[in-house]
Amino acid sequence: MTDPAMNETTGSTAPLLEVNDLQVHFHTDNGVVRAVDGVSFHVDAGETVGIVGESGSGKSVTALSIIRLLEEPSRIAGGEIVFRGDNVLAMDKERIRSLRGGEVAMVFQDPMTSLNPVIRVARQLVEALLVHRRITPKAARGRAVGLLGRMGITAPDRAIDNFPHEFSGGMRQRVMLAMGFGNEPSLLIADEPTTALDVTIQAQILDLLKELNSDFGTAVLMISHDLGVIANVCSRIIVMYGGEVVEEGSIEELLSDPRHPYTWALINAVPRLDRDPGADRRLTTIEGTPPDALDMPKGCRFAPRCPFRIARCDEHPSLERIGPRRSTRCWVTQAGEPLPRREEHAARAAPSPVDPASRQLPADGAAPLLEVRGLVKHFPLRRQGFFGPQEVIHAVDGVDLAVGQGETVGLVGESGCGKSTLARLITRIHNPTAGKILFEGTDIAQRSRAEMRPLRRRMQMIFQDPFASLNPRMTVGDILAEPIRFHGLAQGRAVNERVQELLALVGLNPRAAGSYPHEFSGGQRQRIGTARALAVDPQLIVADEPISSLDVNIQAQVINLFLDLQQRLGLTFLFIAHDLAVVRHISDRIVVLYLGKVMETAPAATLFEEPLHPYSVSLISAVPIPDVEAERSRRRILLEGDPPSAIHPPSGCRFRTRCPIAREICAAEMPPLQEHRPGHFAACHFPGGMGEWR
Amino acid sequence: MSALAATRTPAQGVGETPPVDGQRKLRRQLRRYWLAVLGAILVLAWIIIAIIAPYIAPYPYDQIDLTQRLLPPSAEHWLGTDMLGRDVFSRLLVGSRISLLAGFSVVLIGAVVGTLVGGIAAYAGGRIEELMMRLTDLVLCFPPIILAMAIAAALGIGATNTVIAMLVVWWPKFARLARSLVIVQRNQEYVEAAVTIGYGPGRILLRHILPNSMGPMVVLVTLDVGQAILTFSGLSFLGLGVIPPVPEWGAMVAEGRELIQQWWVAAFPGFAILTVVMGFNFLGDGVRDWLDPRSRTR
Amino acid sequence: MVVMIVLATLVVFLISHLVPADPILAQLGDMQAANPAMVAAYRARWGLDLPIWQQYLIFLEGLVHGNFGVSISTQRPVLDDILQYAPATIELSTIAFLLSVIIGVPLGVIAAVRRDSWIDHFARLLSLVGVSAPTFWLAFVVLALFYGGLQIAPGPGRLDVVYLPPPFVTGLYLIDSALAGQWDVFRNAAAHLVLPSTVLAATTLGLITRTTRAAMLESLGQDYVRVGRAKGLKDRTIIIRHALPNALIPVVTLGGLAYAVLLSGTVLTETIFSWPGLGRYTFRSAVSLDFPAIMGITFLVAVVYLVINLIVDLSYALLDPRVVRQ
Repeated sequence: MTDPAMNETTGSTAPLLEVNDLQVHFHTDNGVVRAVDGVSFHVDAGETVGIVGESGSGKSVTALSIIRLLEEPSRIAGGEIVFRGDNVLAMDKERIRSLRGGEVAMVFQDPMTSLNPVIRVARQLVEALLVHRRITPKAARGRAVGLLGRMGITAPDRAIDNFPHEFSGGMRQRVMLAMGFGNEPSLLIADEPTTALDVTIQAQILDLLKELNSDFGTAVLMISHDLGVIANVCSRIIVMYGGEVVEEGSIEELLSDPRHPYTWALINAVPRLDRDPGADRRLTTIEGTPPDALDMPKGCRFAPRCPFRIARCDEHPSLERIGPRRSTRCWVTQAGEPLPRREEHAARAAPSPVDPASRQLPADGAAPLLEVRGLVKHFPLRRQGFFGPQEVIHAVDGVDLAVGQGETVGLVGESGCGKSTLARLITRIHNPTAGKILFEGTDIAQRSRAEMRPLRRRMQMIFQDPFASLNPRMTVGDILAEPIRFHGLAQGRAVNERVQELLALVGLNPRAAGSYPHEFSGGQRQRIGTARALAVDPQLIVADEPISSLDVNIQAQVINLFLDLQQRLGLTFLFIAHDLAVVRHISDRIVVLYLGKVMETAPAATLFEEPLHPYSVSLISAVPIPDVEAERSRRRILLEGDPPSAIHPPSGCRFRTRCPIAREICAAEMPPLQEHRPGHFAACHFPGGMGEWR
Repeated sequence: MSALAATRTPAQGVGETPPVDGQRKLRRQLRRYWLAVLGAILVLAWIIIAIIAPYIAPYPYDQIDLTQRLLPPSAEHWLGTDMLGRDVFSRLLVGSRISLLAGFSVVLIGAVVGTLVGGIAAYAGGRIEELMMRLTDLVLCFPPIILAMAIAAALGIGATNTVIAMLVVWWPKFARLARSLVIVQRNQEYVEAAVTIGYGPGRILLRHILPNSMGPMVVLVTLDVGQAILTFSGLSFLGLGVIPPVPEWGAMVAEGRELIQQWWVAAFPGFAILTVVMGFNFLGDGVRDWLDPRSRTR
Repeated sequence: MVVMIVLATLVVFLISHLVPADPILAQLGDMQAANPAMVAAYRARWGLDLPIWQQYLIFLEGLVHGNFGVSISTQRPVLDDILQYAPATIELSTIAFLLSVIIGVPLGVIAAVRRDSWIDHFARLLSLVGVSAPTFWLAFVVLALFYGGLQIAPGPGRLDVVYLPPPFVTGLYLIDSALAGQWDVFRNAAAHLVLPSTVLAATTLGLITRTTRAAMLESLGQDYVRVGRAKGLKDRTIIIRHALPNALIPVVTLGGLAYAVLLSGTVLTETIFSWPGLGRYTFRSAVSLDFPAIMGITFLVAVVYLVINLIVDLSYALLDPRVVRQ
């Protein structure tokens, strides 16, 4: 992080980058979309600035505009972008090319597609150096090797001759950073640089970014939807909503005292990893969805969703300065009023429709609704040649877990840990290779399709992708009615009534029954998917990353819906997610999965306060928290490298190759999952051995 | 996904879509898909001609008049006469029937058979899939027209035999397409959702997977009718199609192929083939563009 | 691969033996076919009286020794016939293929880069007409126009009658005449190639242009292209060094298809242009129901087809590093 004092000293000179009243328009069949509508901000030399906002807020478009990377049908319609005193919008082709990759570098969201798959990494790095400096290819290669090493790639002189597919996602993002820093730019634009990465890898990349900023003095403009990520790297934040800047300020001030209701909602809608959710686990949410870009509200664009709305909000507010380096676009706070704290607001808000205390958790010793024992799923790979060995992916490799009646169990792990496969085994979309799945005490692991049918309605699933999980050719009404009819739960008129009831239950307009899925937003579709699962009146719901593709505010709405439904219908949830904070928020117990095996199982609060397994410890420490104070007091454990391949998992403990405290025994023996405290299981030879690391 | 796509406006809720100037949109669409519209017009025109041909043909297609041989185009014979003095225009009109009929029947039967084979293979998996796809590969390892020619030659001359021969080589591409479509759809979450509700494979295949796979199928069928007509006329040209005197375009070109000075005998029937095949290709190409979401957002 | 070839022989054999049409009728004519003694002698002569599986074994044994049987109509070994006619076809189809690649790939690239410009529309129209035009008709039209009408092109055949073929080395007249230094023959052979190879190239040109355009559009939309721009690379570098190599992968897959199209094209083109190649031989064999010849050709074509698809698979591995090299 840069020294705030430095900002003060450079404050007198002209800023490195200045964006004034930027206007970007998309020309669509339905009219002109003002994707960016009068955005102004600046970045000083060496500074780290973050732009935060939900999808459609115009943050990425703003970033792309800076080096004029926008493509048809979007066009910069007005404004000024001044880089080191030069107007970028007036530059000729040659000048803009020398800017791109030379003085301003850019790193994109998806490292998997950002590198050309058919060209060796060496050439992709070298060509970036050769366009901007007069050096020989040989010298460029030497420099590229050095850069890769600097970015933390081991054996860079060999790795450089690989093709991109031979690298993992995290390594590719390191290559992208090497490419970006190769010409010592004075500004790096990072557009969601860690969104596609797992949390432990994200921590590595964020750390690297901070280091590069302080070592090279390169200013960083980071775009993200994740306040935690921004707070981790940046010293100043710009909040965007509906194509406008709505608030700007230093990270400390903005997080502790937001002066725009949207910022306020962003901060408070996100479950916090470091906070006990308490008895009422419902999140603070703001209603509604982002504004329609074709039909923006006339007044304040946030007004229709704003909980603090006043009469004057029908008028469009301008961005006003409310303090040193601080401004907001809000009538309510421009007078100098702070917004209420979350707790105060919650006290005034409507109470939960159901008394949270009435929730019945299973008594100790009661038989669980679902129990999984030694569950295994191996996916065979295609043989390499006729006599090649038959290799398998050990997707799920001996998992034990139990879910009690009415309980919510959270299942966390990074991509490739087998959590989605596990969900599909329990719901019998896939057939298990071995092991038992006991549903109310009967083993369903090897049941035939016909034998499963009556059980299907008692166990349902909610899927990750709201766009892929609904049949696009069926109306919402048909999607909901089909399972009801299929299981004979209602006939004739009653089916329609039930459909209406379901729609109301998930908070949708009953008229939605006649529409097709593409007419709804992501959050609304996730509600439809939930209604479909509820249509057959199930007891157990397996939810596979149901909110990971939604914006934070919509996430909060869906989480609250789940909590309400659970209380009203007495549902049991197996909730799968990679977001630890969300899992902590809604789960009673948590299961941590790594490479197809359970590492640790504990009550939610216990897991976060006293994790026993080194993997859980590292995972928790890797999550950035949007709170400067809290961040300072935490210690981050950076795991090295990437998870190993599930085709050839390591011997002994699966985690040993990345474990900071691994010893010889860890390679020799697989630690069993043992109960160390009541209800707290861990599979580790040295449970709690990371105690002093925290 | 590109950042541009990610920053596009999110899907709108019910009733939130603003009213659009319908006429302007239509004009825009017409400009974008003018080739497809042209194709549709050509196809439609030929279908109508095929239906009413016997009623509008100025002469009976088999009326031989050796005194009127090889006359150039004139007011009496718009497209001239052939070696036997038959009216080329009348024969050309009537010839559209067999070409279209052969094209449609080959493609439709081929598509149904192929889709069944591919769909069942993909859904059954294991040995059944292996066996069915090996069979498909086996047929595909012959260039279509050569194999069709060999089979047609073996079966004997006649339009029905030619169609059968073409069917033997035609279904595999549909089997492959159907299989890949089913495999793609099978892993979609909405199909998994259907599994968790308890539907059997038949219902999932027919009610869920099939309707969502129709797009590429329709494109292939449309483009393929053109190809089938082309292949049929090619076989016919080689003498493996219809039995004379039934008029068929390929056979008509063959009859006139030595008559370079009397170019009209061969040129017009060939041009008819070109227009009808072009019609199907334009239409299929346009439909493909229209179905491609990337081109539609522009 | 080997399995497929064996299976292919079975298919070929079955087609020729399990179908109703009687080659005897076709060969002997009605008069002789009415005479049982003649028919029996004929059957014995060609082994048609043996059980079907024995005929197949004989056929297979022959194949192993490179013996495709004796053509019923030319009375010569089928392999000899094929070897005699092959060079003419190879020469014609190679030139047609080169023509369609050299024009099709750049045209497709330009059409994709200048999307919705006049050149894109032109390329699209050209390729759609190319794949829609019946080859035999196109052949007739250009022959009627440039030879019959305008008289600026030579007539059918590989050479004018006044020229003798160059001394045999490869059988390809262009190469042989160049080797022998007979430049007048070379010029004449080249002139004779212009029309048929253009006609033959029409369909493949359309296919290649269309595939290249689609693949380039796909490739230009990828993130790495935007990264290339963000690096400050020139547009030309991005198109040629980044987008094109990726776009070529699907174009190469077209290889097998293009071969099949060219092959069926030669059957039709050679017939019109009296080109003494395999295509015309195939046509004549088919018309006269000359089964040994049809089987030989079909089998050979299937083998070449399989080999081409193998080459395509191998070049895949060269173009795309993600394909595991075995």
